[in-house]
Amino acid sequence: MRQRLRFYLGDELREIDAVDPTLTVLDWLRLSERRVGTKEGCAEGDCGACTVVVGRLDGDTLRYEAVNACIRFLATLDGCRLLTVEHLKGPDGALHPVQQAMVDCHGSQCGFCTPGFVMSLLALYLNEERPDGQRIDDALAGNLCRCTGYEPIVQAAHAMYGIGDRSSDRVADRAAMAEKLKALRDEEILSVGADGRRFLAPATVPQLAQLLLDNPGATIVAGATDVGLWVTKFQRVLPTVVYTGRVRALRRIEDRGDALVIGAGVTYSDAAAHIAALYPDFGELIRRIGAEQVRNMGTIGGNIANGSPIGDTPPALIACGATLRLRRGEEVRELPLEEFFLDYGKQDRREGEFVEAVILPKPAAGVRFRAYKIAKRFDQDISAVCGAFRLTLDGDGRVADIRIAFGGMAGTPKRAAGAEAVLLGRPWTEDSVRQGMAALAGDYSPLSDWRASAGYRSTVAANLLMKLYVETSDPAAETRLVGDRRLAHA
Amino acid sequence: MPDAMSPDVIAPAPAPDRIEGAVHDSRRHESAHKHVSGEAVYVDDIAEPAGLLHVYLGLSGRAHARIRSIDLSPVRHAPGVVAVFTADDVPGVNDIGCMGRHDEPLFASTLVEHVGQPIFAVAAETRDQARRAAKLAVVEYEDLPAVLTIAAARDGERTLVTPPMTLAVGDADAALAAAPHRIEGRLAIGGQEHFYLESQIAMAVPGEDGELLIHVSTQHPTEVQHIVAHVLDVPGAAVTVEVRRMGGGFGGKETQSNLFAACTALVASRTGRAAKLRPDRDDDFQITGKRHDFEIDYRVGFDDSGLIRGVGMLFAARAGYAADLSGPVTDRALFHADNGYFYPAARLQSLPLKTNTVSNTAFRGFGGPQGMVAAERVIDEIAFALGKDPLEIRKRNFYGTDPETDGRNLTPYHQTVTDNILPELVAQLEETSGYWQRREDIRAFNAGSRILRKGLALTPVKFGISFTATHYNQAGALVHVYTDGSIQLNHGGTEMGQGLHTKVAQVVAEEFQVDVSAIRPTATNTGKVPNTSATAASSGADLNGKAAQAAARTIRERLVAFAAENWGVAPDAVRFERNRVWVGDRDMSFAELVRAAYMARVQLSATGFYKTPKIHWDRAAGRGTPFYYFAYGAACAEVTVDTLTGEYVVDRVDILHDCGRSLNPAIDEGQIEGGFVQGMGWLTMEELWWDGQGRLRTHAPSTYKIPACSDRPRVFNVALLENAPNREDSIFRSKAVGEPPFMLGMSVFHALSDAVASVAGHRLCPRLDAPATPERVLACIAALRERAVSSQP
Repeated sequence: MRQRLRFYLGDELREIDAVDPTLTVLDWLRLSERRVGTKEGCAEGDCGACTVVVGRLDGDTLRYEAVNACIRFLATLDGCRLLTVEHLKGPDGALHPVQQAMVDCHGSQCGFCTPGFVMSLLALYLNEERPDGQRIDDALAGNLCRCTGYEPIVQAAHAMYGIGDRSSDRVADRAAMAEKLKALRDEEILSVGADGRRFLAPATVPQLAQLLLDNPGATIVAGATDVGLWVTKFQRVLPTVVYTGRVRALRRIEDRGDALVIGAGVTYSDAAAHIAALYPDFGELIRRIGAEQVRNMGTIGGNIANGSPIGDTPPALIACGATLRLRRGEEVRELPLEEFFLDYGKQDRREGEFVEAVILPKPAAGVRFRAYKIAKRFDQDISAVCGAFRLTLDGDGRVADIRIAFGGMAGTPKRAAGAEAVLLGRPWTEDSVRQGMAALAGDYSPLSDWRASAGYRSTVAANLLMKLYVETSDPAAETRLVGDRRLAHA
Repeated sequence: MPDAMSPDVIAPAPAPDRIEGAVHDSRRHESAHKHVSGEAVYVDDIAEPAGLLHVYLGLSGRAHARIRSIDLSPVRHAPGVVAVFTADDVPGVNDIGCMGRHDEPLFASTLVEHVGQPIFAVAAETRDQARRAAKLAVVEYEDLPAVLTIAAARDGERTLVTPPMTLAVGDADAALAAAPHRIEGRLAIGGQEHFYLESQIAMAVPGEDGELLIHVSTQHPTEVQHIVAHVLDVPGAAVTVEVRRMGGGFGGKETQSNLFAACTALVASRTGRAAKLRPDRDDDFQITGKRHDFEIDYRVGFDDSGLIRGVGMLFAARAGYAADLSGPVTDRALFHADNGYFYPAARLQSLPLKTNTVSNTAFRGFGGPQGMVAAERVIDEIAFALGKDPLEIRKRNFYGTDPETDGRNLTPYHQTVTDNILPELVAQLEETSGYWQRREDIRAFNAGSRILRKGLALTPVKFGISFTATHYNQAGALVHVYTDGSIQLNHGGTEMGQGLHTKVAQVVAEEFQVDVSAIRPTATNTGKVPNTSATAASSGADLNGKAAQAAARTIRERLVAFAAENWGVAPDAVRFERNRVWVGDRDMSFAELVRAAYMARVQLSATGFYKTPKIHWDRAAGRGTPFYYFAYGAACAEVTVDTLTGEYVVDRVDILHDCGRSLNPAIDEGQIEGGFVQGMGWLTMEELWWDGQGRLRTHAPSTYKIPACSDRPRVFNVALLENAPNREDSIFRSKAVGEPPFMLGMSVFHALSDAVASVAGHRLCPRLDAPATPERVLACIAALRERAVSSQP
């Protein structure tokens, strides 16, 4: 058991013994360290003004990621390197290429969102060579600007590659930092706290399993993209936090031949390419979940365990026929994912049990998968409706297999049993699809709220089935507004 | 284009014969290097004085209720709490309203009138403690009937928060009755949250003898000063208000900062300790006012060619529980209900309705946008009725360009439009955007597209420049020249990102012919320049630029007089050129001249003052010349709509905007692009959603969606109108640019409407309401399809 939090703030090793388990990185920076360049815009991970860059070891490679400091707990930085906007200027006061590009392109007006944009751009600059427009939009989707209309910031994202030598970037300092972070690595449980509250961060699955048996009321935290808000918005006091992010075994994606076994600690960012390779439209869905900062922290396991009726991966995973692996101590069980969601706010998870992995079967030949995320805004928005479909037609053009799952339509992510039954075995025609659309009305009784009315949700859910039909039957029809249009007819 | 580098991005090197940062040059924002390094200081970044208390507000949970009792002891006894303040603790007047109507208490005492209304303030050692404590009050309410919507207010007692206004020209009823065609309808337009990235914040530091220094994120330091003095019952001279910069304002910090400043001032004055108040984002949403939502009933009469004969409009606005700026906002809606169109006869009326919701306030455009959306709806109605392209009807109805000969230049407020450039501006944009070819292309696309539909619209903007409260059209400045030649600049305007300090510094640099880097803009401070007007109504550079110019000229004239006398030349032989001064054939640096002048006891500091000429307004009569000039612009937008889901993207936008002779084209382009995107957000995805209890449920960025990076137009061509100096003697013939581009966002709304109209063969006006969320677009498509079926011959 190690009772000292260790991380690098820039080049400076920080070792902290007493830390509030839910102290955010942002509050630590602004209130304790008086490093006030990082701003609070919303304290819910939705505006990006607080964006910082965290360097972490992925295997032996140092990876830099933009994250929201406002909902990230300080103690989760153990073994990492934290970079803030104050780290960018050179010792001679020269602006970093990212900063210089923002100045040259008139990328700031009021300047309050600017440090966050600069840090998102820094992560992009450090990780990717000359990204295309789509990639820049994605990298900036989690940063809101109310002044510029974004155009000059996007121009800066292009222009920054023409300034300075990226390969020897002073801030990145990759080789040296990777060694320093390796030296911090250990297999001990981190246990830090203050005022009788504990932050526990195991390094192995057995440690995690035991800690949860020993601390049955503990709050399990993975990416903190939801739990962070319990703290910042509702001021909830969490006596014991068990953080899964140090458990390297949970951050693995294993190819089992017939399926991918995705560890519960795998972030959206880490999972995206693997999932997209099997189900391209699932990849497109992940591209639109949260934004870069959220995807860098949030995990697929957390998205499931959290049990939200509007989480976006559960409907897609259910449509794909995924199973969930839960573990309690030594005891492991697996169940079809849809059976995990019992009711609103209620999941089939016992005390001391945790989500260990989700098993995503590979698509059989001829499977067509589509996912549609409907919201007021394309990026960084919670779905009003999220629909996912897995369709297989037989040689006669009849529906040999269909799985339909929706988020936002019920108290849990839920399959459309009625519509599936109507469609199964029928010829895949507009007439059948219209019958399926009618059957959907019996599958769901959605609510009205600020995201959408019940009527809109029902209409759109049915229309998405029609969209699936058009995309699988009319290769000439244009159906997509965003993302890779080729996915419509893939 | 997103992937293309536009060549004008990098500011060109100054020509050798010009100073660096002269007027009309694209100069970077004076704080840009500090923005990008995190060194720019906002109020929450100022080092806190020792012993500072953190203040938090206790809010009403009810929309309309009598307060039966309040038990604050749990608050008082919460950890870290030092003091709790209620209405009883206010030494002066418990009122923070900006209009002197005494309808906006700092703290509600017996009656709450909206959810989120402050009832008390708690001061604690940490912000976390204050936030926790504020939730602990036990308030017993007796609920009263709550009026939450425009419909409920209009159908009920129609209580108004402030007197309505009527503008009338000609005999509207007679013109409507005599017109060959008549249409009437109703248009609903939603409100808008400012969503400045920096939430409201104030910090008060007590001094001696009742003095207070207040750091606050406000557009109106002088009003804060007055309100604080009024609440504390101290003279205005005891209160100094300072603003270095805001993290965005957009009108949301014109009056809404009064509350936060007054609260911290109260705590500081009563405890003797500095006090700071920063609401979290959810509370900021609930406590502060927003853009007014409107329901507009319109009637229009027109002839076979689409020429308007008469218009009648009633503008019902949700004002909220108090007046705030609802009077001038609804007035401005009427002033812009013509947009760029001549109404031979019109009667326009406002209805600022009282509701049990937060008191709505200023927001970029200040009612003007809602008026203009109504004008554009009327145009669309005519176009659909006559089966013509809306652009044709728009052009047909523009004001005349020559008041002497056209006879089509009189506004509904009896000001004659003398500077109309819309016909040529729109003609130019029509050409550069390829409007008519694209109209054909889109028709062809739609004919062959099963699910996606495209739409196109070109909409104009004409926006009146000046505060309609005439006395606001004044400004002061203070310029100091130091003996090393460096210059401090202060003026009454505030910096909220719009680049005001940059532009005014360019003006001063131009006057002294020194590089702008020699000019140091300083924080706006009521102790330096008193009795300032709000930085609002797009007026910042017009007013403060002129005032600073006057101050600089005063000093320059003293220097000229000194040099002429000292070196024995005629005054016109003294020339300021590129950091040098020529006195006859003798040349010296600016600093050398200044030092010599100082030794000769020449005063090197001066104030400047400016008031806008020519304007006057008689509200009761509905007549006058409220505007010094008009700013113009137009935008052409193309969208694609998914008819299965109502989602849409903005494919391309072309803008041509009139900045006169721009003071700083780069900054103006930023205002145009940013204003456009904000205006587009208002009319599309930004939706304020209250529940049946009057609680705002979209109160943070997780639920209230402003445009994100990828929502900007995929192709975005922005141009400033060239060779179009302001016809009035504005500061270097530039034009105000803060608000006018906001309304260019209307083009997206009308392009959406156009795409929707395609599902019924463009035979019916879709009557799309705003905000056009995907849900509203889909509902409009469904309704239009039904109407198309039922209207089949």
